Amino acid sequence: MASSICLCLLRAVFLVCFVNPLIQGLSGDVNLVQDPRHRLEKNLTGLSIVTFDWHHVQTPYLVITWVFVAGLAKLSVIELNHHVISVVPESGLLIILGFILGGIVWGADKAQTFKLLPPTFFYYLLPQIILDASYFMPNKLFFSNLGSILIYAIFGTCWNAATVGLSLWGCYEAGVMGNLDIGLLQFLLFGSLIAAVDPVAVIAVFEEVHVNEVLFILVFGESLLNDGVTVVLYNVFDAFVALGGPRIDAEEIFKGIFSFVVVAFGGSFLGVVFAVLLSLLTRCTKHIQIIEAGFVFVVGYLAYLTADMLSLSAILSVTFCGICCQKYVNANMDEKSVTTVRHAMKVLANGSETMIFVFLGITAIDTEIWVWNTGFILLTLLFVFIYRIIGVFLLTWMLNKFRLVPIEVIDQVVMSYGGLRGAVAYGLAAMLDKDKIPEKNLIISTTLIVVYFTVILQGITMKPLVQWLKVKRAAHADLKLIEKLNNRAFDHILSAVEDICGRIGDNWWTRGWNRFEENYISWLLMKPKARKNRDYLFSIFHKLNLEDAVNYVSEGERQGSLAFIRSDEVANVDFKKQFGSEFTDVMPDIMVDMSNYELGIENFSVTSIVKDTIPSVSLDIHGKDRKNVADDINAHHLLQQHLYRSRKNHRHKFSRSHFSINQSEDEVQEIFQRTMRSRLESFKSAKMGVNPAKKITKHHKKDLTHKMANGHPDGTDHLYGDEVDSAVGSETGAIRGTFMRDTYTVRAGIENPVFLPAMDSPTHSSLPWLMETDAVAPSQRAQWRLLWTPNRLRRLAPMRVSTCSTDSFLMADLEEHEEKPQTDHEEEIRPVFD
Amino acid sequence: MGSTNSTLLKIPNVEVLMQETGLKLVAEENCLNVSPAHIIRLHDRFKALDKEGRGHLCPHDFGAIKELAMNPIGDRIIGAFFSPGKETVDFHTFVKILAHFRPVDKDRPKEPNSPEPINSRSNKLKFAFQLYDQDKDGKISRDELLQVLRAMLGMQVTDEQLESIADRTIQEADLDRDDTISFEEFRKSLEKINIDHKMSIRFLR
Repeated sequence: MASSICLCLLRAVFLVCFVNPLIQGLSGDVNLVQDPRHRLEKNLTGLSIVTFDWHHVQTPYLVITWVFVAGLAKLSVIELNHHVISVVPESGLLIILGFILGGIVWGADKAQTFKLLPPTFFYYLLPQIILDASYFMPNKLFFSNLGSILIYAIFGTCWNAATVGLSLWGCYEAGVMGNLDIGLLQFLLFGSLIAAVDPVAVIAVFEEVHVNEVLFILVFGESLLNDGVTVVLYNVFDAFVALGGPRIDAEEIFKGIFSFVVVAFGGSFLGVVFAVLLSLLTRCTKHIQIIEAGFVFVVGYLAYLTADMLSLSAILSVTFCGICCQKYVNANMDEKSVTTVRHAMKVLANGSETMIFVFLGITAIDTEIWVWNTGFILLTLLFVFIYRIIGVFLLTWMLNKFRLVPIEVIDQVVMSYGGLRGAVAYGLAAMLDKDKIPEKNLIISTTLIVVYFTVILQGITMKPLVQWLKVKRAAHADLKLIEKLNNRAFDHILSAVEDICGRIGDNWWTRGWNRFEENYISWLLMKPKARKNRDYLFSIFHKLNLEDAVNYVSEGERQGSLAFIRSDEVANVDFKKQFGSEFTDVMPDIMVDMSNYELGIENFSVTSIVKDTIPSVSLDIHGKDRKNVADDINAHHLLQQHLYRSRKNHRHKFSRSHFSINQSEDEVQEIFQRTMRSRLESFKSAKMGVNPAKKITKHHKKDLTHKMANGHPDGTDHLYGDEVDSAVGSETGAIRGTFMRDTYTVRAGIENPVFLPAMDSPTHSSLPWLMETDAVAPSQRAQWRLLWTPNRLRRLAPMRVSTCSTDSFLMADLEEHEEKPQTDHEEEIRPVFD
Repeated sequence: MGSTNSTLLKIPNVEVLMQETGLKLVAEENCLNVSPAHIIRLHDRFKALDKEGRGHLCPHDFGAIKELAMNPIGDRIIGAFFSPGKETVDFHTFVKILAHFRPVDKDRPKEPNSPEPINSRSNKLKFAFQLYDQDKDGKISRDELLQVLRAMLGMQVTDEQLESIADRTIQEADLDRDDTISFEEFRKSLEKINIDHKMSIRFLR
């Protein structure tokens, strides 16, 4: 909260000190801006080193300042108390912030210098939002609901426009609104511009609510596609108003209807054409990968502008451009470019969305546009709200006769309540011609009020409503291969059943299209390389594996270098196979275990095995030490290591759920090396009979807590681990001798690792390196391992750990700091022996 | 109405069939509208498939459907029509199998005692499950999964890739770690999927 207040203050200061002079610079164009010029001309006698030339940079400077301010506004809104955020949607907050900003500007200027002008909105703010929405459209969902979406978009919008316009006109004739200079056509014009659900507002509000995907696509698709309808209706009625009532005949009306078809379908077709162009273009951008991402934006914008130039529906054009090109563009472009496009698109869309809402707020603070007419405004609100509900229920009732999965009543309520109006309506209202429509200001203020009402009030109440009605939410499911596989199977099953029934149904068409698309369109629009290996299922698999690899690397980097992947060549898909063939002769039992691990753990792919090789890093350090000390030291040292390790391996199994406990690499290294040093020292001193300096160990407590945290006895895991251990144990035990097995069983019987330190101390008190060999017997594992040559040992290191736990990867670090207490034990014990 | 009824009468056990499968006469529902019923439609189709007029269908009758022959798992779907050991399918079974794909109707009153309808979620899933489980041991083994994958993914991926996909798929669903997917695991892993939506055909409503 404190930070948000800080931000607000900062912004206010920023505005007062920085923006206001600029604003004055703009408003007082003649006075202020000319001043420096005059001064310059006066001082022309000498060369001026620094000049202040505001006029030069004024326009871009103001634009970028406002972008900056909008960005800050978004930041402060996000940083605001999360309570507020969870209640009021971001879009509403931005509008309210816009009010404040507008108030500041107005206070400084006594007039609203900045407004959301229609050209700015339509040419610079809207296109990227629509492009973003369509480029990331879930195509399958969209097309499988296309029929319903079209019905809502076309008939719903027409219904809204007609009923709102006519009802308002009726009320006006009845004398509710007093004296207004407005006729039936103007009312219809107003109805048409207020009819459309706004894509920007809908995305902003519904993204936060997370309703189920079908409901979302219905509302969202409708809001995208109905823009074409609105623009046509608007243009037609605008033309009618210009023509004047008496001159409208059947021919004009017919032309209006025809123009709708042309505008809507022409726009969509143009979009498809540009999508094809874009896909073809990305086919051959192999050598200019740096800029290929830019093509998506440029061509999308071109589609928008071209459609606008031809007076076709620009929004539909860019919508279909995005929807149609996404698949091919993503396949053709380099993976980096795809990521670039994705991020840049989001930056642009999010930025201009913020700008739009902020400016919608700022625009309101202007005395010029406000004309109040209670009857008109309240009735508009009422009619907009009611007819939306009626329209949705009527159309859904008809649609449900045909839909496979009917739209439920609750969903219908949310749909009708989600009829948010937004900046498109305002933009259209602001474009009206004041000469032809005398009541333009009333229309603008009413539109603004409708926008505020729907975005802020309905936006705020949307979430509680959705919760209260228990609307099916979007399931945040992880991507699962089995689901995708079965979806594929279901598609095949359905089309087969349709074949058996001998009916041409939806699935028949889907399959036909898919086949056509695969055979011809992909061939035309996709790189040959991209066509190969582009099976959907495999790409899902690939994606999952990539995710795992990324996780693995990010986890693994904390532990040390991952270079072993390269050197061992084990990181590929055939890891198990290679490993298997290499080591089966050595350790048949382990191979069996490995296969279990690979398949047994959810979301652990083959990489999980590679993870186990981490300890090899630490073994290298052992190697260094070994060079420096004599052989017998080496033997003891190793022995001790494995004495610990075997116990630690037990401990591993308990921390499966604790992924979060990860110390930094440095710390781990530090602890490890200190352990080693202290061990060596204590060993040396023991040999020479010198008392070692006692060290204060500050990690002691922490480690204990770690242990406690990890100490949840997890029955299955533990059991499982024991199985593995005893498998290895029995194998080795048979070779090394029976006494080892006896001691081993003691160890394996320890159920709760919390008790392990206590169990350890007796072992330590006998100080292994001072005793005879049989006293050290407890670690049978260490014993048999000693028989391996160091080289062999190192090579096997990853294998050995992998036998014990799939999670040893994440426990590799635990292993290190768990050694700490043992050092403590040693040091505490030392004096006793001396 | 007359023609509908007379056609219906030719179909044996039609009442039982309608009750079992939930397929209804459209004519019954909208009393004014005499339209051919699903059963009659399916009966016509059945007769069309049964080219030799034996009153039952053989696998090769299904095989004659051109589109079905191109379906990668078409033979499995055909196999689902024939109960084990049988070489033929009569109209009754034919409709019963197809009734799996009726959309679930929510407005139908729920009778607590009535048996689970054929088009219930778990029955739909069972149908899908048995397409994998060709040896009918109640489990999808790795090999069975591999076969389906190979059929569906075809030439686009290598065998190794196919195997890793199969491994991963099993690993996702396999809860008891026995390397196979039992029906229970199958059902659990598809919990999030709207089966009513994915396994229904509109015109069977």
